[in-house]
Amino acid sequence: MYFDSFQALLTMNGHGIYVWPAYLITIVVITAVLVAPLRRRNRLLEQLAAELRRTESATGSGVRGEQ
Amino acid sequence: MWTFFHKLGSPPWLYAIAGAILRWLVPVTLVALVGGMVWGLLFTAPDFRQGNSYRIIYIHVPAAVVALAGYYVMAIAGAISLIWRMKMADVVMKAAAPVGAALTFIALLTGAIWGKPTWGTWWVWDARITSMLILLFLYLGVVALYEAFDNKEAAGKACAVLSLVGMVNIPIIYKSVDWWYSLHQPASIKFSGESTIDPSMLYPLLLMIAAFYALFTCCLLMNMRAELLQRESRTQWVKKIAGKESRR
Repeated sequence: MYFDSFQALLTMNGHGIYVWPAYLITIVVITAVLVAPLRRRNRLLEQLAAELRRTESATGSGVRGEQ
Repeated sequence: MWTFFHKLGSPPWLYAIAGAILRWLVPVTLVALVGGMVWGLLFTAPDFRQGNSYRIIYIHVPAAVVALAGYYVMAIAGAISLIWRMKMADVVMKAAAPVGAALTFIALLTGAIWGKPTWGTWWVWDARITSMLILLFLYLGVVALYEAFDNKEAAGKACAVLSLVGMVNIPIIYKSVDWWYSLHQPASIKFSGESTIDPSMLYPLLLMIAAFYALFTCCLLMNMRAELLQRESRTQWVKKIAGKESRR
């Protein structure tokens, strides 16, 4: 490791206040772009599943019965 | 060959194959991202002129490189959907836009933070930086334009045209540091000739560039999967998937 102590790693000779926020914001943005499609997909599937359950209970048949 | 193209146009096949790729690509991407960040932050020596602030390079350059590459993906997909009316190309174009916007945002923001200790300013209306800002607006423009139309076919066409017109900006970004007097330095990594960056800094940088490419691919595929489900929500294959999910 290049830095001698945790303190040195945090401050980076005065550049820590630039480097750490840059990395932090990057990590937040990356997490957001990874999670957004997952959440969208899950929400859609939940909606569709709820619709399926409704039609199934109404007609007594559905995709699930076919499998 | 033709069967491959046929499959490429088949939503359930695309959905399944994207899922199979994501199963290993997501963990690989996360490991590469974390590994590259730790390497760049902890195990490299500081730059002799810029000190530790240069460590921002390991996120700034990869984000900018892939933001540009992502624009090609979006514009080429737009062209394919315009010319050949391929529906899946439209899905790719729509999926690429928000990821490209996020990467351009990272490049601009980390650049501004890096500029403060290095140039003494957060922002200059410099050719490279301004053309990157235009890139961000192009990406956001495609996202917004898509949402603005109720008719999604018209939306796809308008977005494809916008992304193709925006291609003009790409060579400007590449050449901006050569054409205009700029605070921004020219490229340090060259395919031909000697790179002007030390190997100990180059290798973690290359790892991070690869990781960002992988990240873009992951997000693109995930967005495509969500988009496919939505577009095909009335079909049997999507209902089957929804049925499986509801039993879990």
